[in-house]
Amino acid sequence: MSARALMKRPAAPFVFGVACLLALIALIEVLIRAGLINPFIVPKPTEILWSFERIILEENVLPRFLLTCGEALAATLMLSVTGISLGVLLHRSRLVRLATETWIAALASAPLVLMYPLFLVIFGRSAWTIIMIAFVAALPPVILKTLEGLSGTRAVLINVGRSFKLTPSQLYWKILFPSALPTIFVGVRLGMIFALINIVGVEFLINFGGLGQLVNELSERYDLPGTYAAICFVILVSVMFFIGTERIERWLRPGT
Amino acid sequence: MAQTGHLTGVPAPAAGPWLSPVTRLRVAILLTLLVTWEAVAASGILLREVVPSVVVIGRSLAELLFHPDLKWPVDIGMGGLRFAQQLWVPAFYWHLYVTVMEVATALVIGGFAGLAVGLALGANPFLSKAFERYLYYLGPTPKIVFFPVMIMWFGVGPESKIAMGTLSCFFPIVLSAASGMRQIEGVLIRVGRSFRLNTWQMVTKIYLPAMREPIVNGVRLGMGVAMIGTLLAETKLSNKGVGFMIIDAYNTFDMPRMYAVLLTLFVVAIGANALVGRASRG
Repeated sequence: MSARALMKRPAAPFVFGVACLLALIALIEVLIRAGLINPFIVPKPTEILWSFERIILEENVLPRFLLTCGEALAATLMLSVTGISLGVLLHRSRLVRLATETWIAALASAPLVLMYPLFLVIFGRSAWTIIMIAFVAALPPVILKTLEGLSGTRAVLINVGRSFKLTPSQLYWKILFPSALPTIFVGVRLGMIFALINIVGVEFLINFGGLGQLVNELSERYDLPGTYAAICFVILVSVMFFIGTERIERWLRPGT
Repeated sequence: MAQTGHLTGVPAPAAGPWLSPVTRLRVAILLTLLVTWEAVAASGILLREVVPSVVVIGRSLAELLFHPDLKWPVDIGMGGLRFAQQLWVPAFYWHLYVTVMEVATALVIGGFAGLAVGLALGANPFLSKAFERYLYYLGPTPKIVFFPVMIMWFGVGPESKIAMGTLSCFFPIVLSAASGMRQIEGVLIRVGRSFRLNTWQMVTKIYLPAMREPIVNGVRLGMGVAMIGTLLAETKLSNKGVGFMIIDAYNTFDMPRMYAVLLTLFVVAIGANALVGRASRG
């Protein structure tokens, strides 16, 4: 079979991508072994691979992973309850919406995570600092997406509800909320991703908690293969989290 | 909004003779926040050092912005004229200058790299299928965990902060550019080809003008994350920049100063974001 025909196969791009990645890793290994890359700056990929076992067994990766997940879950629960409630409030009161929507959008673009020293003073060096900063930094997208979902309900659905003489409460629970649910989930998913990023980031910065602290500790010990392996682990967790929430979103929004 | 606006039962706010209802509500919200803050500060429910009076924060803000406490050498040469002086300025502006330069450099490097890779991925479906998934998945990972690696590669100076900013802004820009490239109308590309434009002319005359909006949106997102990446790196390990000022205020427990720096930083960040947003519309 010719190379051109092989490239036209559906799996060819995936195989090519993986092959390039493996080739790059092999090239780095060769360059380090040849002394062209300083091994005290970039450890050998094989060393990183072997140190995975060490960090899993010796550095309590599982409890750290569970701690980070617990913090993310707590932040997500707070985000969902507060963000969706505020979104509903803004949708119900047009005046409040007009007065505050631009402020919330502006807050979404502000680097709120920089307030972590302030939260350290208020909550101390504890998991609450991490949860609260994740909550505050990830709240605006949940509010804005809830508002977008509720506002985007098709008029025909609302008119059907009215023709059945639904009360305002019934209209909300039977029509508006189910219709807005997929968009609200997009907001919650964005919030969860922001929360996870901020949680791992603040864990790293204040050297407290789960996976972020692991990266910081290993780097402070100058355990280079361990640091790289821990970073790979954080990436792996983020990717799994991202794919998992994406699957749920697709299930909620078929056809997107 | 228009479809469901009548559900709320609140009439559209009309502009009054003096202040519209929206402005009145905004003023009321701000006043409520200020009064609540001041009441908490005066009551001492929370430590007075943690929740200082608004007046104390205002004084600190004024000192931050107007009290000249740093000698900044200025050397400007133009033709035969040369201006070399040491000016007394508030130290905040020097730290802001350091951070702005780091973020701007990061944005230029990450922006060009992101644009080049995005154009390549957008133009070639095979490359897009092969590599875009990795960029898509690496995009939402917390970049700050790469900071120890950046310190090893680029040292403890501004270079590692620039690298953090570059790494942060690369992903939103590359994904926006690739997606924007795919959305270009086929007719524009065919027109370019019918004029026998070469690759460079296609990029500058067809692709980039047609992709202005997604690129500016990518830059807007990239600027936000580059700012966060750079500032967080400054709080972790630096002796200059606005991030350093924040962590320095924390270390010396100078809370009014921390509030003042955070407030100013948020205003700068929101303003910069709004400016880039306006560029995408206008």
